[in-house]
Amino acid sequence: MSKRSLALRVGGAAGDGVSSTAESFAKISARSGLHTWTYSSYQSVIRGGHVWTQVRGGLDPLLSHGDDPDVVLCLNQQTMDVHQADVPEGGAIIYDVDSVKPDPTKIRKNVRLIGIPLRKKAQTLSPNALMRNTVALGAAVQLFDMDFRHVESAFKDIWGDKKPEVAQQNLQAAKLGASAVVEMGGSLHLGLAYTNEAKYLMTGNEALCLGALAAGVKFLAQYPMTPASSILHWMALHGPKYGVVVKQVEDELSAMNMAVGAGFAGVRSMTATSGGGFSLMVEAIGQAGMTETPLVAVLVQRSGPSTGLPTKTEQGDLNLALGAGQGDWPRAILAPRHPEECFSLTAQAFNLAEIYQTPIIVISDLYLGEGFRTVEKPDFNVPIVRGMMAADGGTPKDFRRYQITESGVSPRALPGTKGFQFIGATDEHMESGELISDVLSGLPEFVEERRKMHEKRMRKLDGLRKDTPRPEIWGPKNADLTVILWGSTWGAAHEAILQVEEKEGLKANTLEFPTIFPFHVDETLQLLRGVKQSLAVEGNYTGQFSRLLRAETGYKPDHFYGRYDGEPFASRDIADKIVEVVA
Amino acid sequence: MEFEMDTYKSEIKPTWCPGCGDFAVLRALQMAIHGLQLEPWNILIVSGIGCSSNLPHFLSTYGFHAIHGRALPVAEGAKLANPELNVIVTGGDGDGYGIGVGHFIHAMRRNFDITYVVMNNQIYGLTTGQASPTSEKGMKTKSTPIEGVIENPIDPISLALASGATYVARTFSGDVKTMAELVKGGIEHKGFALIDCLSPCVTYNKVNTYDFFRERVYDLAKEGHDPSDMKAAFAKAMEWPAVQRDRVPLGLFYRNKDLPTYEDLEISLRKGPPVRQPLGVDNADELMAEFL
Repeated sequence: MSKRSLALRVGGAAGDGVSSTAESFAKISARSGLHTWTYSSYQSVIRGGHVWTQVRGGLDPLLSHGDDPDVVLCLNQQTMDVHQADVPEGGAIIYDVDSVKPDPTKIRKNVRLIGIPLRKKAQTLSPNALMRNTVALGAAVQLFDMDFRHVESAFKDIWGDKKPEVAQQNLQAAKLGASAVVEMGGSLHLGLAYTNEAKYLMTGNEALCLGALAAGVKFLAQYPMTPASSILHWMALHGPKYGVVVKQVEDELSAMNMAVGAGFAGVRSMTATSGGGFSLMVEAIGQAGMTETPLVAVLVQRSGPSTGLPTKTEQGDLNLALGAGQGDWPRAILAPRHPEECFSLTAQAFNLAEIYQTPIIVISDLYLGEGFRTVEKPDFNVPIVRGMMAADGGTPKDFRRYQITESGVSPRALPGTKGFQFIGATDEHMESGELISDVLSGLPEFVEERRKMHEKRMRKLDGLRKDTPRPEIWGPKNADLTVILWGSTWGAAHEAILQVEEKEGLKANTLEFPTIFPFHVDETLQLLRGVKQSLAVEGNYTGQFSRLLRAETGYKPDHFYGRYDGEPFASRDIADKIVEVVA
Repeated sequence: MEFEMDTYKSEIKPTWCPGCGDFAVLRALQMAIHGLQLEPWNILIVSGIGCSSNLPHFLSTYGFHAIHGRALPVAEGAKLANPELNVIVTGGDGDGYGIGVGHFIHAMRRNFDITYVVMNNQIYGLTTGQASPTSEKGMKTKSTPIEGVIENPIDPISLALASGATYVARTFSGDVKTMAELVKGGIEHKGFALIDCLSPCVTYNKVNTYDFFRERVYDLAKEGHDPSDMKAAFAKAMEWPAVQRDRVPLGLFYRNKDLPTYEDLEISLRKGPPVRQPLGVDNADELMAEFL
């Protein structure tokens, strides 16, 4: 029997080396030519607890991290206890025979128990306890019949030229694990035909950073917060080469305000955080809206409310993004579905921010931001459009920074440009930037002025609506059910739809929204005309997007499936829901 | 001289109460930038919210009138984007020592080349007279009407010394000439300069008036204070308001010319101002190699 995909689940306590073992395997999978997708279930703890990562590899493009793993690699007893029942027939469980005991009553039939004295074998090579993971990794690679040169190159990447002896030791350890598997009956014979043509492997957050670089970001201010911190880490390491100033700041108030200052001074500027940090940013992002300062704000969602589940995923911050800041100000909210869109929508966000001189929010989540996926090489030839500049043909004499125009966009001048001095003000102001809040507000002429200025700013929404990606239908026309979704839910939903078509003969499709705001009302209404019955799938309790959809179009989805337990949507759960709803 | 005094003035007239100490600070700042003959378009003045934060509107430079308490991080972001700008921050004691005090401390420890001019009137003026972080203990205000303030005031001078500011001065609106000199020194100084300006609020603070200060102030330089001596600076800072209220030292408490600024140390600024760097990526293959 030959399979089209494989999955390895590595589990242990925090500090056991679960994620580095899994990341090595993900790299080996991508270098074997497999489409690869990972999900890490971890906790807010540095040592202890229970963490696991699933790595799925497939000959065909993947849509999720998959359900049952072919192989579970147990780095402690708890992993065995929690995951031994998940391994399907034909799979295997790798564990240290000296410290971990399987429970045969819970294990499905025809599951091979690969008990290896991992620690003892590792100790023959090195006193480093983490080497036992390498022995186990070697066993897994052997079970999947993968080429050992990818193991060698993965270790070279980790230890490189600095510690070649450690890389060599680890390779030996992996070979000990592989030999043990050979002695215990050899591989699983899954029959995957590896192309061994390496694929690019990255997280959504890394793809987002690349998109920002391609668009010419020059400034990132950020305060650490899971699951956005890896943006700070990646940029701090790579940014300087591209002239990006990366500043870790005292709090998210400072992060957003620094991004505003940098945007005002004329660089492409961004900040990134999760819901808690974004809550601190709301006053300052409104400041950017009022002063018409371009910037990109990245919101990588995790489970709320409050501190919530810091290491778990959710789509519960949409209302926060929609409502951030007092008063009305024009914004766009873009929601990437996959790493390719983390790249492309972030790059586009920088153009929109400067063309419309207002903050653009990119809303992602932990599942997308931190999970590794294989991707096609992104196109770095991003067109860079910097918007209307006063110095391009304008004269200082005629310059009015907040000139009232039909598009709502006014000529921008950067500090340092001779003759175009103005004050960017958070108080309501005239076209010149002079305040009307202090001694003029309420006078009849300035009541009118305020109305005009507010309308000018808000008119930018019309342009933003035209320039942002439209909602789209995926899947067959005339479907019996349409799944309405946004963001990272995309993959599991597509997979579920393929499953119900294959297993139940059900015809379902999706309606997806890469742009959350400004809402594409006309296009959405048009697409909804073909919808027979709908199921909104969102990672939150109240259906934050469904409510927006209803507010904008009057359309209420027939059914709602919300998930808010911290875990990402599994395709089989969505499939079950589709069957339940249609039946 | 290329630029006349009036070059730096805008057409907008200040809206401060007659007699407000902030007029002197505006004048001193104007004299300082005139004295240095800075190009108005290469100056960015960032302020927060409060009576004093309206100041940028009255000058002809670039300005950013930010939200309450956040002028410093806005200024830091602008300075990092374009380090060639002369970045000056203005605001009040509520803005800088109250709601924005966290940013104040961090901006100083970074030693940004930014000049921070605080109009300290020991009261909230624009919100019509509540206690401020520098209000004296016992002072009755709208928010402390019965027994007066029961908290200790912030001492911005010792806070600045402890936080790493490299130019720390206090001046008084009753002496514009000295104030202008100290502000000028702050702008010239490479590093974070705090100029705490005792700027009486004639409407809401009936305690810390011009007369109050005139009776109490003395010049540090005249008493032989050495501004390169941090220990001595701390000792002088502690005199008021922490220990007594009969003598208020004015002048330059501390200056250290030898420390690198944040901009000196920031790796990404070595290519020149980010605002003038090319946008995008021209070696995508090299960048992508690590993901393969």
